[in-house]
Amino acid sequence: MNEHINFAFFDEGSKREIRRATLKAVAIPGYQVPFASREMPIARGWGTGGLQLTLSCILPEDHLKVIDQGSDESVNAISIKNLITSTTGVQITQDTEQATLIQSRHRIPEVPLSAGQILVLQVPTPEPLRSVEPSERLTKKLHAEAEYSGAWLMLFEQIMKYGRMATGADHPVRTAGRYVMAPSPIPKFDNPKMDHSEALILLGAGREKKIYAVPPYTSVVSLDFEDAPFEAESFEGKKCSLCGAEHVYLDEILDADGTVRYQCNDTSYCMNRRNRREEN
Amino acid sequence: MAYVAVKGGKIAIEQSILRLKQERLRSGKAASVKTIENSMRLLVDQVMSEGSIYCPSLAALAIKQAEGSMEEAIFLLRAYRSTLPRRYYSTTVESADMQIERRISAAFKDIPGGQILGTSYDYTHRLLDFDLLEESDEQIQKILQQFKEADTDTIIAPESMQMPKVTDYLRSQGFIDPIEPDDSEPKDATKETLTFPCPRSMRLQILTRGMTQAVTALGYASLRGYGVAHPTVCELRVGRLPITIADPANGDDEENEYVIGEIKVTEVESLIPVTRRTEDGRKQISFEIGYGIAAGQNETKAIAMSILDQCLMHPESSFATSDEEFVLYHVDSIEATGFISHLKLPHYVTFQAKLNSARKVREEKA
Repeated sequence: MNEHINFAFFDEGSKREIRRATLKAVAIPGYQVPFASREMPIARGWGTGGLQLTLSCILPEDHLKVIDQGSDESVNAISIKNLITSTTGVQITQDTEQATLIQSRHRIPEVPLSAGQILVLQVPTPEPLRSVEPSERLTKKLHAEAEYSGAWLMLFEQIMKYGRMATGADHPVRTAGRYVMAPSPIPKFDNPKMDHSEALILLGAGREKKIYAVPPYTSVVSLDFEDAPFEAESFEGKKCSLCGAEHVYLDEILDADGTVRYQCNDTSYCMNRRNRREEN
Repeated sequence: MAYVAVKGGKIAIEQSILRLKQERLRSGKAASVKTIENSMRLLVDQVMSEGSIYCPSLAALAIKQAEGSMEEAIFLLRAYRSTLPRRYYSTTVESADMQIERRISAAFKDIPGGQILGTSYDYTHRLLDFDLLEESDEQIQKILQQFKEADTDTIIAPESMQMPKVTDYLRSQGFIDPIEPDDSEPKDATKETLTFPCPRSMRLQILTRGMTQAVTALGYASLRGYGVAHPTVCELRVGRLPITIADPANGDDEENEYVIGEIKVTEVESLIPVTRRTEDGRKQISFEIGYGIAAGQNETKAIAMSILDQCLMHPESSFATSDEEFVLYHVDSIEATGFISHLKLPHYVTFQAKLNSARKVREEKA
């Protein structure tokens, strides 16, 4: 741990400012609270929003887990962990259940989160209406008036064009029946995990300078139509080639000989299953 | 034996960082920070301007560490800057107090105080000087000696080079609409989120920290056709401005301000003709001023900034260069390079989601 740098990198004033914005975000579920996003030693777009949330609320006794695209050991997850541990000295864990604070890019872990845990999601584009309205000034107004026709129309147009809603990750949700919110580009598979989550979910967009939140036990509903219901990605008939798990989010792996197999995207979940199998 | 995570990422990062060091030092020689600071004046100026911190030695260090990459050097300075406590704001700086090193007007042939060409590449012919391939320390000393013997003060202007602003003349003639002085506290984009419409103080701050090439490109777009008017550079000046702070114990005491140093800046005031209606309904031509300022000698950027400043005062115009969000959201180096470069991060979860969607659509159609 570097003695010349303040605990968790920031000065206490900066942490307090970020926490104030976070508290406001918790008080207004799904509302994007502007904050004075700091310039960080890692690049904008590489998780600075999530990192600022993590650093502003981390405590010495925390157990931290960082995942990127489902993996604890991918280079960006390692890089973020290195920065956090070198300025805090906190315990790192891969175990979802053991973690008190989880920073993640684009996934919610397979193991259900529990009360007392905080999940921090990194967000590139916090504005769910950005694809239909480029102006921030106008989208702010649309949120204030709960005028969300644009989001519905986007989905409706996809049905007209493709016969179904064709969103990939980042399928818009409505939080606490009020704000339409970008769940960050988690796959649709993870959207239902946000609904009435026992853990606090914080979302941070560093470049766009926004913080928003889903407090525990808050309703989060993916936008859909009565006759065109929301549908998550499906991996029907496929299972993990390592641990045999079904009904989890799978990575498609192309082998050199041209065969395709599947693996759990959540690497620590997969590892725990294999270890447990070995113990039995 | 229990399964453990593959630790490839950690080793890969360590090796990658080692390779960087190796690349930087492979020739067996590295330019010293002093050499960079002394011999790459304009690069240092640009890095300070976009890095948003005035310190030539730190800018030179950043350039060295970043192997001359602008975006990396600026990134290093910005990340460093954000950890510094900000104890004071300076008192208002009057650019009429500038110790001028260079000053030109494209609007008037003769200006009070005169035109001073100063240090400029403008009239050099851009021919590679192959003599510089072999420039020895002895030669440098000899040239310096010649300067000394010629007793020129061509490089450093005399102490009292303060001059009136050229716009003052036009203002006194009534060509520039009188504007009420706005002494409201400037908004600081590094402490508050941008809101729209954006206060001018914040707008100017974002432009002056903006990427030199981005500000230049957008200014050029406006000048070439995606804008309304052709500006005239009323005055471009390069020189040193003293920076003072108020007495921390007694802020109102103007006698007791402290000079904390001086900074070199380039300042531009451009004139843009606009149509005004007089009280009796006749149309007449007035001029608006577009303002540009940049740390160091950074003339193209400062001129382009003055064009964009004026464009942004006219949101009613349909050009993208008059759209605050379009201009201000996209000229910052840290933000633009960060988001573009994040595309190098793995996206296999999101791509798998899109692929899943694409497959379902195809199955349905089949």
